Amino acid sequence: MNLQGDKANVDFGQGVLREVNVSLVEAKVGDYVLVHAGYAIQIIEEEDAKETINLWNSILEAGQ
Amino acid sequence: MAENLKFRNPQLAQNIATKIKSLTPKAGKTKICHVCGTHEWTITHFGLRSLLPNGVEVIAGPGCPVCVVPAAEIDEAVQLAKKGIVVTCFGDVLRVPGSQMSLLEAKAGGADVRIVYAVSDAVEMAKREPQKPFAFFAVGFETTAPSTAVEALGNPPKNLSFLVSHRLIPPAMELLLGLGDLQIDGFIAPGHVSAIIGLKPYELFPRVYRMPTVVAGFEPIDVLMSIYMIVKQKSEGVARLENEYPRVVKPEGNPKALKLMDEAFTVTAGNWRGIGRLPDSALQLREGLAEYDARLKHDVHVEQGKDILLGCKCHLVIIGKIKPDQCPMFLKACTPEKPVGACMVSNEGTCRVWAKNVAVQT
Repeated sequence: MNLQGDKANVDFGQGVLREVNVSLVEAKVGDYVLVHAGYAIQIIEEEDAKETINLWNSILEAGQ
Repeated sequence: MAENLKFRNPQLAQNIATKIKSLTPKAGKTKICHVCGTHEWTITHFGLRSLLPNGVEVIAGPGCPVCVVPAAEIDEAVQLAKKGIVVTCFGDVLRVPGSQMSLLEAKAGGADVRIVYAVSDAVEMAKREPQKPFAFFAVGFETTAPSTAVEALGNPPKNLSFLVSHRLIPPAMELLLGLGDLQIDGFIAPGHVSAIIGLKPYELFPRVYRMPTVVAGFEPIDVLMSIYMIVKQKSEGVARLENEYPRVVKPEGNPKALKLMDEAFTVTAGNWRGIGRLPDSALQLREGLAEYDARLKHDVHVEQGKDILLGCKCHLVIIGKIKPDQCPMFLKACTPEKPVGACMVSNEGTCRVWAKNVAVQT
């Protein structure tokens, strides 16, 4: 991602680039963002994504 | 990222399904309602219902923002277009039926109706063609409303106005609980609406209605986990608000987006297709932005429209009372190519999701 004012070039994967408005989040270059209808609505931390797996495991274990 | 992190791992899915099954005798019959077109897509596309034991049912509530726009508001957009205003809208709004016609039919009749990917595209178009009046048809739930707020507050070009038809999800969830014969046992709350509004608006469901409520993401494992979490709560006889999707949904939501929404809009009563009028469920531009309100600027106001065509069961599908294949027109008179009702038009509509994934479903 690179930034210019409220606009950022976001890599959607496999080389797909699109300009996205980032005024709803505090984004910096290199962040992962969740994009809805051309606007980033949340920043996703890779660590948080990994945490999800831990969350699942803990919930499943607690059910035993 | 998703592949590495096993969000679609079949073995994990089987494990969760086994766990759900083991809890079912204790939980008893469990009817879970989600309110998001994308959840329905995940459930149908990945065949998740086939993994659930007898007694655990997942139904689709009013989760398609395009489907719930009442005909009267489509009529307002059509009126704008017929008055010579360039109407810009998201692609799936185009074919939604109004009382007389859809925006697509208005376009076929010569009106200037254009599809945009984002509200910012409408702003750019209006700047490029300053001699023409433009309106942006702002449809969507809390996920989309902040983007309209950004542009409405961002000193938009004077030739652009907004036909605001945004709706809010929690009031629709509350309505479902009032429908005694629906008898829901738990809610899957929509992840991306929640990314904006956070967890607080859902607190009343467990507290007041004793309704297990789980905010969930959109990968198959996310949805299965949320079903498991609800069945587990029911088996323990408790009702809590839980967040299965913390990688995106923070307890406070997105404060920046909420602040902008509050600056741009007031909350008001709104009509929902197939449901009727719900208090505090719609947004309208604040008085300070009245010059950008398409209804005021161009004097269009339609009080009542014709929401449901004869024979169409959209109004029952929208609230989860019947499944698409219980409508006699489903895949006969009403198909994705020639939709009759709004639920078959939008990619988030339950009928269209079922129609497109029929092979997976059966």
